[in-house]
Formats: sequence, structure tokens, C-alpha cells
Amino acid sequence: MKKFVKEFLRGIIKENPTFVLVLGLCPTLAVSVSLTNGIGMGIAATFVLLGSNVIISLIRNFVPERIRIPCYIVVIATFVTITELVMKAYSPALNRALGIYVPLIVVNCIVLGRAEAYASKATVVNSFMDGLGMGIGFTLALLLISAIREFLGAGKLLGQVVIKGFAPAFVLGMPSGALLVIGLLLGFFNLLNKRKA
Amino acid sequence: MKNKLIVSVSPHLHKDESINKIMWMVVLSLLPVGIAGVIIFGRSALWVIGLGIVSALISEGILQILTKRKVTLFDGSAFLTGLLLAYNLPPQVPFWLPIVGSFFAIAIGKQIFGGLGQNIFNPALAGRVFLMASWPKYMTTFTRPLNYDAITSATPLAILKEGRILENISYWDLFLGKRGGCIGEVCILALLLGAALLFLKGYISWHIPLTYIFSVGTLTYVFGPKGLFTGDWLFHILSGGLILGAFFMATDYVTSPLTRKGQLIFGLGCGLLTAVIRLWGGYPEGVSYAILMMNAATPIIDRYTKNRIYGTK
Repeated sequence: MKKFVKEFLRGIIKENPTFVLVLGLCPTLAVSVSLTNGIGMGIAATFVLLGSNVIISLIRNFVPERIRIPCYIVVIATFVTITELVMKAYSPALNRALGIYVPLIVVNCIVLGRAEAYASKATVVNSFMDGLGMGIGFTLALLLISAIREFLGAGKLLGQVVIKGFAPAFVLGMPSGALLVIGLLLGFFNLLNKRKA
Repeated sequence: MKNKLIVSVSPHLHKDESINKIMWMVVLSLLPVGIAGVIIFGRSALWVIGLGIVSALISEGILQILTKRKVTLFDGSAFLTGLLLAYNLPPQVPFWLPIVGSFFAIAIGKQIFGGLGQNIFNPALAGRVFLMASWPKYMTTFTRPLNYDAITSATPLAILKEGRILENISYWDLFLGKRGGCIGEVCILALLLGAALLFLKGYISWHIPLTYIFSVGTLTYVFGPKGLFTGDWLFHILSGGLILGAFFMATDYVTSPLTRKGQLIFGLGCGLLTAVIRLWGGYPEGVSYAILMMNAATPIIDRYTKNRIYGTK
């Protein structure tokens, strides 16, 4: 049991996909404009990660070495298609807000990265825990970034005005603001790690 | 930092000048500009300048204590950053705008990179561009000069950009600063006085400012509104923040090239970008963006314009 918890926690702090592995920055930069977007993207990516990790771990002994990447991509693309269809059916507004970045989860480096580096070599349960941990780690990072950007860039949280009379800094809602916030947070977490070491 | 090597161009002569002395001299040379700004725009300009300077100093002190660096509040660099940022703001902005701008300039523009001498971008301009992108409404509301009742008016360049005709504004008005604009950019006379002092002391060379101004003048003359060679070059030189930018911000030691050849390229690049933004870009004014973009190009300019080592081919 303790081992599973370790697999799970690793993705959240020690190997956080966004702040430590620095993977999957494209959707992080693009959709972190509002908290709602962040939550949506986080859940979608977590679902894909979980599904692909489990399936790839299951088929790891049958897939020939040479064509493993196309096989993984097919598995991942299947889950992304499921996610996209479900999102379109039950939350069209969110789907519109995330736009092209939902289908682009297929090429999200975290998903293929975990498949190649972990799930193709580990047991099903371990892969499940790893996928869950990584997904939650990615979601938490997205939440942090999008909360900062939505609050400072639009003066809102989850679409609600928080402080009246607060003049938001538009730049944080723009792409340059995303780079600025992520850069500063990366630096901050590196500093924390350095202090600890 | 075991190998603390200082990179500069030869000859490496020792001089009596120090950072402190140069910085405070630049502040002194900017004094007439501030006085002119306060006379033109009234007391609110004084508030903006004061708030800019004080908050820059406080930010610098706090960040240096937090990062456990030597506290160098009196070397004049933070003072100068706050002052230049305030000069780049309209005279009647909400009180928190210069505070946020100064904090951004010092924190993100300078201290994040490791403090004075390490920054890539001119801190004051970084602060201004941040404010411009964040609160465009406050940053583009200008008050009419010599009218302390806060009647808003557009800058001459903004009027030109909108395609309206400029009324009763003479070159003489532009030269003395009787126009809408930022606190420190309007009075060309005071700016030239300050620049003359820096020239006489040898703190800035002619390479960047003159190539900058000359290239803006040439380009705006060639690509005039009524076809080639019809532009109003004198208007373009006297309006906007060109003089302030060319003499006081493009010449920043840290963020401009070290070699003379590099400085010529830097000035030309600034001029080209400014003219392109003014003539064809979305904004009426492009001095701050032009200088920041060339700041980013400075390391590569330095690399390719290294002086020939004496005795080699």
C-alpha cells in the first residue's frame, strides 16, 4: 500500500509535470486564462492519462518494440476522442472555451511521456497510480496558474467578481502574462527545492 | 560566482567615475525635465514623480533584503529607474499606477536578473510597457498642457494616427512642451539641456542618440503621408518620447551595446522600429517598444561587433 501512495504522490510534488518536468506547457500557457478552463483541462488530461497509462501497461508485453510509439498514440487518441465527445455532449461551453486544445491533448508531452517512460515498463496498478498522480499534479499546477491569471488579469475567480473596484492588469490575461506567471512560478519552486536541498 | 570576470571592451583604463557618481549626475540632468513637467501639467505630475521614486526605492530595499544581497539604495540606480518611469507616465494617473509600475520595474525588470548590471531590459521601460499592456485606459489618458483642470486631450501622435488634422500646434509649442503627453517627454528644451550636460561630462556618446533620431527623421520624411519624400520629419522628432528615449533610455549602459559600431547598429535599429510602429503599427508611439526590442538584441550585437584585438588580422 505504501508503495502505491509513493507512486501517487510522486507526480504531485517531486515530479510535478509542469513545475519540475516542465512538460505539456502548450496547453498550460494557452488555456490558463480562467479557473474554469484550468479545471476543465486538468480533468480532461487526467482522464486521458489514467486511461492511456492503464491500457498501455496492459498491452506492454504484446507491442513490438519498433512500433510502440504509433501504438501508444492510437491508445491516447482513442481516449482523447472519448473526452472530446463527452465534453461536447455535456459541456459545450467549456468545449468552446478550450477549443483546439482538447484534441491537442493527443500530443501533450505528459501523456506520451508517462506512457513511454513509465507505463510501458510498470504493472497496471502502479501505472494507474502514476497516471492519477501525474494528472492531479498537472491539474493543481493549472489551477494555481489559472487562478493567479484570472484574479490579477480579470479581477474574477470562476467568473465571479471578487473585489469591487479592483482594476485588473490585462496583460496577465494575454499570452505574455502566461509566460510571465509560469516563469516566475517555475523560478519560485526551483528556489524552494534549492533551499530544501 | 567564483570567476567574477567583468566583460567590457578594451582599453581597460581606470577612471575616477563610479556608478554612484554617474547615476546621480543623470538624475541631476533630468531635473530640468521634471521642473518643466510640473510647470506644464501642475502638481499632479509632482505626485506621480514622487510616488514613482519612493516606491522604486522601497521595492529595491525590500528585494535586496529578501534576496540577501547588499542593500545599495544610495547608488542612485533605483532612484533613476523610479524617476524615468514616472517621466514615462501621463500626469494624472491613479496613485497606485506609479507604485505598481516601479515595483514591476525593479522586481521583474532588474532584481530577478540579479540586480544592477545583470538586467537585459531597461527596467523603467519594462515597467512602462507592463503598465501600458495592463491598464491602457489610464496610460493613454492625457491632460491638456497648462490647464490644471484636467481636461483630457490626445497626444499629437495619437491625433495623427487617428487621421485627424492637427490644429494650432506649432513646432515651437512642441519644442517647449505645450502638448499632451507623458510628464517627461513633452519639454524638448529641458531634455536637450539635460542631454547637453551628459555630453559635456562624457557620460553618453553621440552614437546611439544621433543615429536613432536621424534614422527616425529620415524614415518619416521618406515615407510621408502624401507619397515619398513628403513627411513632416521635424514633427516626428519633436513629438512623442523620441528625445527622452534617445538620450536617456537607449543610452543605458547596461542594456545597450559596448562597442561604438554596435551602438550605431543599436541606434539605427531603434530608429527603424520606432518609425515602423509610428507609420504602420497599431500604436501611435513606438519608442519604448523599439528600445526594448533592441535591448533584447544587444548581446548578439555585442558578439558580432567585438573590437579587433590589436596586432591580429
